[in-house]
Amino acid sequence: MTTAAPADPRERLPDAIPRLRAFAISLARDVTQADDLVQDTILKAWSNMDKFDPASNLDAWLFTILRNTFYSSLRKTRREVQDSDGFFAATLSERPAHDARLALKDFQRAFDQLSPEHREVLVLIGASGFSCEEAAGMMGVAVGTVKSRASRARRRLTELLHLDEGEDLFSGTDGATRAVVLRPSSAAR
Amino acid sequence: MSGEQDDNATRRQAIHAQIDENLKRVYDLAAAEELPDRFKDLLAQLKARDGAAKGDKEKGGEGS
Repeated sequence: MTTAAPADPRERLPDAIPRLRAFAISLARDVTQADDLVQDTILKAWSNMDKFDPASNLDAWLFTILRNTFYSSLRKTRREVQDSDGFFAATLSERPAHDARLALKDFQRAFDQLSPEHREVLVLIGASGFSCEEAAGMMGVAVGTVKSRASRARRRLTELLHLDEGEDLFSGTDGATRAVVLRPSSAAR
Repeated sequence: MSGEQDDNATRRQAIHAQIDENLKRVYDLAAAEELPDRFKDLLAQLKARDGAAKGDKEKGGEGS
């Protein structure tokens, strides 16, 4: 799988940063704090690269460093959570208004209200494509814990979105609007 | 009765799929953001520092 990758994992860092940063934003919900997390992670990864097994998944290793950094700073500072209209909602408010965008914004607002642990497990499994086994390794918990936490997180998100009441928030999303939503720079004029 | 349960299971699956789809959209959106220059700069600095360290090997200890 990694045969085409450069021999030195340091060379693969630039390619991993966008995903690492997306994960950081989902945890921190604040882009400045997220960028600080990414910076700390790069520094730690760089100086500990000899401990990385090149045959293993670089993203998983980097994500693990980042989430450990995040949780230890959370413990240290006991910082109050940021306002729940976090980064995602803020960036999206610039986009042209249509139904799909509003639905996505609602989703992001609900997502931001989840606990860090719930956001983490959903992003790892639901968005980044890690298996429950990989996520368990990264989170330092049992696979069963990952599964039950993910299911609780989904249930909580469902409540926050009032999806259990029969609404269909995302029915207005088709391929074209999604392309607009996903390509802010090319859509912006 | 069981038809209702089937409906519920189908509905739960649909919700599950919608949540995952939106998680991916949010994540992809963030990953598609343009990166701040600080990361490029940081990597360049680290590379330069490593290069210098290789240049005069025994002089380490200056790095933070």
